[in-house]
Amino acid sequence: MNKKKKSMSAIEKRNTRNFYFYIFPWLLFFIVLTVYPMIKSLTLSFTDSSFDGKGAFIGFENFIYAFTQDTRFFQAFKNTICYVLAYVPLSLVISFLLGWLLSRHIKFLGLWRTIFYLPYITSGVAVTILWGWIFNGSYGLINYVLSFFGITGPNWLGDKHFALACIVVMNLWALGNQILIMLAGIQDIPASYYESAQIDGASTWKQLISITIPLSTPTIYFNLVIGIINAFQLFNQPYILTQGGPVNSTVTVSMLVFQNAFEYGKMGYASCIAWCLFVVIMIITGVIQTTQHKWVFYDD
Amino acid sequence: MSTKTKSKTAHNRIVYTIIYIILIFCAVLCVFPFFWMITTSFKSTAEAYSFPPTILPKRWLFSNFVNGLQAADFGRFTVNTVLLVIVNTVATVLSSAFVAYGFAKFPAKGSKFWYTCLMATMMLPGQVTLIPQYLLYYKFHMVDTYWPLIIPSILGGGAYNIFLYRQFFLSLPKELSEAAMIDGANSFQTFTHVMLPSVKPVSMCVGVMSLVWNWNDFYNPLIYINTTSKFTVSIGLQFLNSSMGTTKIGQMMAVALIMTIPVMVIFFICQKYFVEGIKMSGIKG
Repeated sequence: MNKKKKSMSAIEKRNTRNFYFYIFPWLLFFIVLTVYPMIKSLTLSFTDSSFDGKGAFIGFENFIYAFTQDTRFFQAFKNTICYVLAYVPLSLVISFLLGWLLSRHIKFLGLWRTIFYLPYITSGVAVTILWGWIFNGSYGLINYVLSFFGITGPNWLGDKHFALACIVVMNLWALGNQILIMLAGIQDIPASYYESAQIDGASTWKQLISITIPLSTPTIYFNLVIGIINAFQLFNQPYILTQGGPVNSTVTVSMLVFQNAFEYGKMGYASCIAWCLFVVIMIITGVIQTTQHKWVFYDD
Repeated sequence: MSTKTKSKTAHNRIVYTIIYIILIFCAVLCVFPFFWMITTSFKSTAEAYSFPPTILPKRWLFSNFVNGLQAADFGRFTVNTVLLVIVNTVATVLSSAFVAYGFAKFPAKGSKFWYTCLMATMMLPGQVTLIPQYLLYYKFHMVDTYWPLIIPSILGGGAYNIFLYRQFFLSLPKELSEAAMIDGANSFQTFTHVMLPSVKPVSMCVGVMSLVWNWNDFYNPLIYINTTSKFTVSIGLQFLNSSMGTTKIGQMMAVALIMTIPVMVIFFICQKYFVEGIKMSGIKG
């Protein structure tokens, strides 16, 4: 008995040693490049640190400045929240519907999948520049199409009422990954549910409402959370196409962090903005997480 | 009975017609911008700036490609990017498999805690760690080198990849590693000779995703790379875009097209693995 216990603890010891040996690279990353930076950026936000990270403690001054004087701070949060509110629900609806259509035993599934995934896989600077050209007010494709209907389109990205909406459209175009995640989730639903519904004579519509949607809620929930976190960090398109303009209508919080840190060298103030963003994201994902049991159905 | 089935098949036909119309409409929306990129890249400046635009170029100009690629040192940018992508892809595959092996196969005190930490980092917005990370790299004189772009790949290669590998290692039968151990292999030999070969499908998925992600990455090179000769393709494109803008849209589109082609080729060859990667993640877990 005693001997057995001893050998057990030897195995445990070996396991522990091996465990830390193998996770060491990640552990190093986690402590040095995740935990330390998180704490450091919080402390930085109470300083007037400049480009080299050195600065004096100034209490809540950065936060006071952000909330009372920096008009772009409010503008950036307003734009970012507008973007999230438009993009996230639309992306969920579109990707779910397309995922559902793709699950309906259609022909050439592989081909459709390829086509819908292509915009996602190529979504880089090149395609962003392409969209800038498509939205061009004078020579762009969109205004050309609108001219068929007798509509003279605005100067999309140069118009403060439309610029942010254009960025929403651009990103809705590249939904491939979400569509495929939705499709995989829908295909995971056991066929037996549908079979018994068919015996009961339930219509396709009824099956969608009472089987497909409820049983896809874990997938929808996943896409919702990831979508919100990503959408709150919108940076590339406004940076490349509008530089935040016109009249600050596409300034986002991430851009403000970037500009303050790497263009104005205000590391302290940039950290303060980053933490404000972090707190907003945490509150929203926290609320979603605590309410998920009301609408997310887990099979097991 | 027969009339009922008849009306049902008629109903079905209408439903499927609607489905295919929607799918075709969306597919056209997905593909048409690429078509537009291709045709614009062959148009002369005068033709590109005409309204209404021409669908196909009146004259197919190849000079846009030559002039566009010469407008900045795109040969250099491409070499930089290809090297960076290869290093990062290899590093990501190896290190994420390595770390995941630890998480999957060695139950230890604290392993649950660290795994929770790992999963939590997936939800952490990068903004909140960005500035101190930059200051750290700055302190070690790594700004304007490729180290800030490579180090994360070496150190675990991202939480999501570790998660994918772990799922797969867990599904491997215990006998596999035990047999190797009995044959006298230590844990590292078991990892390299037994574990890695048996998770090849995951390695392919992680590899192709990392390939494409690194090729497209704009944010990190933008922050860390300042010298033009060290530019990657993505910041090279932005450099060209901000200096040339839409004044020579034909050339701009020509370069953009060339820089999109590698990603498309990889995608068409390896698309099976992209789809597998999504299916494997088994989101419910």
